[in-house]
Amino acid sequence: MARRRFLALSGGLALTGGLAACSSPLASGLTGSQPDTADVIFWNLFTGGDGANMVLMEKAFQKADPGTTVEATVLGWGNPYYTKLALATASGTPPDVGITHLSRLPLLAASGLLQPVRDTPLGELGVTEDKFTPAAWKKATVDGTVYAVPLDTHPFVLYYNVDIARKAGLLNSAGDGLVPLKGGEDFVAAVKAMKDAGGARYGAVMSITADPSTAWRFFSMVYSGLAGPIVTDSGTKIVIDDEAMQETVAFMQSLTGPDLMPRNLTGAGANALFSTGKAGFLFDGEWQIPSYRGVKGLKFDVVPFPALLGPKPVAYADSHALILPRNDRGDETRTRNASKFVRSLLDSSAVWAEGGHIPAWLPTQKSTAFLELSPQRNYVQAAFDAQYDPVAWYTGAGSDFQGVIGGTVIEALAGRITPKGMAGAMRSALKRYTTSRPPVTMK
Amino acid sequence: MTTVVSTRPAPAASPTNHAADRPAPSERRAGRLLTAPFLIVYLLFLAGPLLVGVVLSFFNTTTVKSGLGDFVGLSNYQEVLGDSLFWQSMWHSVLFTLLTTPPLVVLALGVAILASRIRRGRLFYRIAFFVPYVVPSSVVTLVFLWMYTPQIGLLPKVFDAVGLPVPDFIGSTSGGWTAVVLMTVWWTFGFNFVLYTAAIQDVPADVYEAAAIDGASPWQQIRHITVPLLGRTTSLVLILQILASLKVFDQIYQLLGGGPDQSTRPVIEYIYDTGFTAYRGGYGAAATMVYFVIIVAISAAWYGLRRRRATGSAA
Repeated sequence: MARRRFLALSGGLALTGGLAACSSPLASGLTGSQPDTADVIFWNLFTGGDGANMVLMEKAFQKADPGTTVEATVLGWGNPYYTKLALATASGTPPDVGITHLSRLPLLAASGLLQPVRDTPLGELGVTEDKFTPAAWKKATVDGTVYAVPLDTHPFVLYYNVDIARKAGLLNSAGDGLVPLKGGEDFVAAVKAMKDAGGARYGAVMSITADPSTAWRFFSMVYSGLAGPIVTDSGTKIVIDDEAMQETVAFMQSLTGPDLMPRNLTGAGANALFSTGKAGFLFDGEWQIPSYRGVKGLKFDVVPFPALLGPKPVAYADSHALILPRNDRGDETRTRNASKFVRSLLDSSAVWAEGGHIPAWLPTQKSTAFLELSPQRNYVQAAFDAQYDPVAWYTGAGSDFQGVIGGTVIEALAGRITPKGMAGAMRSALKRYTTSRPPVTMK
Repeated sequence: MTTVVSTRPAPAASPTNHAADRPAPSERRAGRLLTAPFLIVYLLFLAGPLLVGVVLSFFNTTTVKSGLGDFVGLSNYQEVLGDSLFWQSMWHSVLFTLLTTPPLVVLALGVAILASRIRRGRLFYRIAFFVPYVVPSSVVTLVFLWMYTPQIGLLPKVFDAVGLPVPDFIGSTSGGWTAVVLMTVWWTFGFNFVLYTAAIQDVPADVYEAAAIDGASPWQQIRHITVPLLGRTTSLVLILQILASLKVFDQIYQLLGGGPDQSTRPVIEYIYDTGFTAYRGGYGAAATMVYFVIIVAISAAWYGLRRRRATGSAA
């Protein structure tokens, strides 16, 4: 009898012990709560060089604040990450801090998945509008409310081979930059000079084949110089300026048509041609800088694109931003720790800039630590001229939209769509998105 | 996912059905009790979600908000049926089925017959052929991805070493299909192999003895005894394989991501992409229902055909 009672008692103890300590994976799995394995749980999508820099920044926070533990989870870039972030938050088990591309923010904000910055202690911690690149802060604002803290701006930029540019007579007198280029004709002439006088096999290269996102960035940059976003009203209305569309495609084809720029080229091909000095210009995002930095015999520099078709330069860009997903538990300590962590990442964003990005946090952007970084300091202006994806539930980094619309741009670059036919092709490609019912109503 | 329901060929239905054979009430109660655990799980996790899915497909439900959303009638269905990308992905699933079913059935049959005729180490061969099936898809994909990787992978190196042009296994559509079909055949043919092995053991030994006495060579025995007697199993393996192949998702998603440029995206990935990635749960549910109806139609047609053939041969 005594033995049976002892067994029952110890069994009961084990059970209550197991359930009380909610840290047990079984219990938290059954109750669906987030196991609080650290004070700040941080989800991001960075691997490679950016991933390594992010780890350094997390470590900097740990060193400054050893009492607050951080657990970072890296998820697959793009859709896999966003799917998990949205589902986890919608089902009440979000991370404390997450990353988003600002181009992806409108839907997350409209779904009510994010805490507005004003409801968090971030303001008290000095994270205020006046300390950020205005374009990024504006994009972090949805319908009058700020939902994200921009970490950087990463624009589409112009790389050039310094030696070829010198031969082509495109270097300025100081030899530390390009001669000023004004307008599309000037730009095409420069590309031609790279090829003819500079002796490069191609005046310019860009990753085109199977890379619709890059094609979309290039197109978006050129077109935005002339006209507004191609979809408006939160993505339900197609607004295409036929003339601007025609002019844009004619400009793109004035590069690919006379073979100044290859019309079919993979990312690896573009990399190989530019690395080996067979191309004068490279059109790509600044995040590719690390892959050219160590190349032997390659002297390159990076500048923002000049104004092409419109009066002002436009930089197609996106931004990584920090978000605090909505948490119904409303644990103030966790929100405060999360805010401290965000502030710390902003403070160490000079490390982040190593990856080519322009810090959105002005104290870092104006610091000597950043201004010593070359070529990063050359294209800071691009962050101020940033043109993001149009606001819609389906746009943004890695989206299906970029894939499909970029696919149409690839056709135009290859010459299979005429400048006149582009507006029609674009309308029919956009229709599948504008006529789809949005998952959430956006203002 | 290419898992299949593990069913053995049903024994021939007993020709007579006595109403008087009804079990006693106590036995019937025991029967109900014993099937209860299964029924509860079935209702909770299969029938229940299916009904929820039917309901969702009439609403603009989203995965980023709780609640059903607005009632939208049949418009989700209209959109699915009119979406060329849905039909493209449906075709990819069918194409995968057409590419994988013949090798998975023929190879399993051939290897099962060979393994049953081996004198020594029969157990070893049986296990060796079945083992890949036990490995999870993510592991298989990871291993094959390394073998297919351009420049450094095993297969491109082998092609290169013997002077053949190296196919782009991951980056091209035809290469992608080749890669995924080869991997699937290696990975899943063990299941069909087991079904055939079991059926081969059910063939009575005296039939072979009689044939041997009549002077039938081993090849004649296989052709005229083993294969015909495995007919029932073959038709079962075939339908299970068709259904399993139509359900393909993990290999293609993990190996190719449905790429390049969505040219290998199966219908289940379309459902995942629209329902979860694009957050349109209701729309994804409608696409699922259309796909479900197609699968049911195929199974029904198959069973109808078998039935007619069975009654035709009995008459």
